[in-house]
Amino acid sequence: MAVLLRRLGHFVGNVIEGLGYIAAFAGHIVAVTVRPPLRWREFLDELFKVGVLSILIICVSGLAVGMVLGLQGYNTLVRFGAENSLGAVVGLSLIREMGPVLTALLTTGRAGSSVTAEIGTMKATEQLDGLRMMAVDPIDYVIRPKAWAMAVAMPLLSALFIVMGIGGGYVVGVGLMGIDSGTFLSSLENAVDFHDDVAGSILKSVIFGTLVGLISTYRGYTATPTSVGVSAATTSTVVLASVSVLIFDYFITALWGV
Amino acid sequence: MNASSTRDFLVGLFVLAGLLALAYLSFSIGGLQYKGTGGLTVFATFDQIAGLKPKAPVEIAGVKVGQVTAIRLDDTYRARVDLNLDKDLRLPVDSSAAIVTAGILGDRYIQLSPGAEGSFLQPGEQIAYTESALVMERLIGKFLVNVGDKPTQQDGETPKEIP
Amino acid sequence: MAYGRRPVLRGVSCTFRPGAISVVLGGSGSGKSTILKLIGGLLRAQAGRVVVGRIDITRFKESQLYEVRRRLGMMFQNGALLDSLSVLENLAFPLREHSGLSRAEITARVHERLAAVGLEDVDDLMPRQLSGGMVKRVALARAMMQDPEILLVDEPFSGLDPLSTKLIEALLVRINRTLGMTMIVVSHHIPSTMRMAGHVVLLLPDGVVEGHPTALQRSEDVRVRRFLTEETDTSEQILAHTHEFEAGEHTPQRPGGA
Repeated sequence: MAVLLRRLGHFVGNVIEGLGYIAAFAGHIVAVTVRPPLRWREFLDELFKVGVLSILIICVSGLAVGMVLGLQGYNTLVRFGAENSLGAVVGLSLIREMGPVLTALLTTGRAGSSVTAEIGTMKATEQLDGLRMMAVDPIDYVIRPKAWAMAVAMPLLSALFIVMGIGGGYVVGVGLMGIDSGTFLSSLENAVDFHDDVAGSILKSVIFGTLVGLISTYRGYTATPTSVGVSAATTSTVVLASVSVLIFDYFITALWGV
Repeated sequence: MNASSTRDFLVGLFVLAGLLALAYLSFSIGGLQYKGTGGLTVFATFDQIAGLKPKAPVEIAGVKVGQVTAIRLDDTYRARVDLNLDKDLRLPVDSSAAIVTAGILGDRYIQLSPGAEGSFLQPGEQIAYTESALVMERLIGKFLVNVGDKPTQQDGETPKEIP
Repeated sequence: MAYGRRPVLRGVSCTFRPGAISVVLGGSGSGKSTILKLIGGLLRAQAGRVVVGRIDITRFKESQLYEVRRRLGMMFQNGALLDSLSVLENLAFPLREHSGLSRAEITARVHERLAAVGLEDVDDLMPRQLSGGMVKRVALARAMMQDPEILLVDEPFSGLDPLSTKLIEALLVRINRTLGMTMIVVSHHIPSTMRMAGHVVLLLPDGVVEGHPTALQRSEDVRVRRFLTEETDTSEQILAHTHEFEAGEHTPQRPGGA
């Protein structure tokens, strides 16, 4: 029993220590961000890798999710004779939850793991040390553009996901199920309010972007510099970031929301 | 460097697409007003608002001319509803406001009926004539009771035999 | 100095003379690379002092180290070139970051350095396209870009064929002779060491032996003799141990230095 308690105490201690490290890490990133040079070139390159290369998976997934929402939504609503509210159901689900959360999870898997692997490999091949010896802070040159790119790309990707999803729902509802086009759109427009829904959605995706950006770069930076270590770090990024996104999602929804 | 200018172009496209999507969601669907907070602000008091919510639309002849900005209780325990209407709208001083329902079970909104007077409401003034919301449950209740005890209820007295 | 639970460089004290090529010799795990990292500030000493050019850097913060590193150049074992940049960009990097030179001037300097290490027309190649010998030479050129006072070299001959080894050795010697640059080389290649070193620091499990290479070769010290012979007989030893291992007779011990 005592052993169990001690281990639990250890575990909690480790978690808090970890949080402390990651907070210090985040602080360091902010500190180097406000100092010149701007590293615009690197930021744009990273934005390309996180954003442009994710467009396909985000749009396809958005479309698919929207279509499923359309289908499931219709099947459920028609039982209450409320199928004309399909636009509202599809739109609100996507904007409030599906958009930010699924986009974050998909991006974690694709871009997040790739960032961790890249940084971890750079650590293993001494490139980070090489930078230090040339008097360049690796957190400034490598980490900062990647973290910021993730935070900026996330809301944009989320918006694309949502729009594709609404399109998918529209195709199913209006095209397949025969709901009137005007009804779908007006139900959608009437139900969605910028302040309650869209603003909350944008806030969520910005927070998720920051979270995933921080976690993926941190895990890469602190990876054990061997191939096993890098691979373990990559897996842990995906797990840690995904769980954090879901947990934060609850808290943001509870604190923001109606 | 050619490779990177293509990349930059694509990044630009991506950002543009994302921003357009955000704009569509915010303005077209979310109803965000970009005109700022100009507008004719008037208010009206009701006995009963029954489910009217802030941001509910205000219509004249079915056309949206503004929205409900705030709902409060005033000193006489009536509901005071603040409205923000189109800047250029000219509302005669004897106009009336009614709370109506979209369909039978739908959302509440405000319907304005313009009056005939020559002078118009100024910002901050009150719409004098109001019609409160019909509470559906009361109506149904009345109807049911009516149907049940038909003879007594109708005149309020027992029918007399005419000799 | 200790790695985790393994102490390294316990009670070690040595001085490197300016203007000379000093070679640090020692078996695996003796702490050779650690000395380089301590000088470069990549590792922090847990006890004792590290003094570079009369500046005590033992307690320096990262930001203070950057100033010191401007006077150092480090050639890493695997090059530590940034793998996302071309050779030209890799070499231009330190100058772009720290000097105010124009693009044209930087490019000119890069070509100068490349010529000095015997490379031409490699500007647009990526590090992964270079042969082992070329990587070492590019790494050397990069370490030289900012005209350092002290050159730190980590295992310059590792993984090279005899011809390339001679080439690198010649380059290092030429740089030292023409520029009078202080060099601290970590190696376990005895023949080259004997030829090029002005000073040798031998790290033994129980202490340090310093001296001129000829002095060392003539040393009466048992440990020194054993080390020198072990190193030269390495290949025979490996073979012998392998046979014993296969026959199940022998728990493998690390042969000296391999």
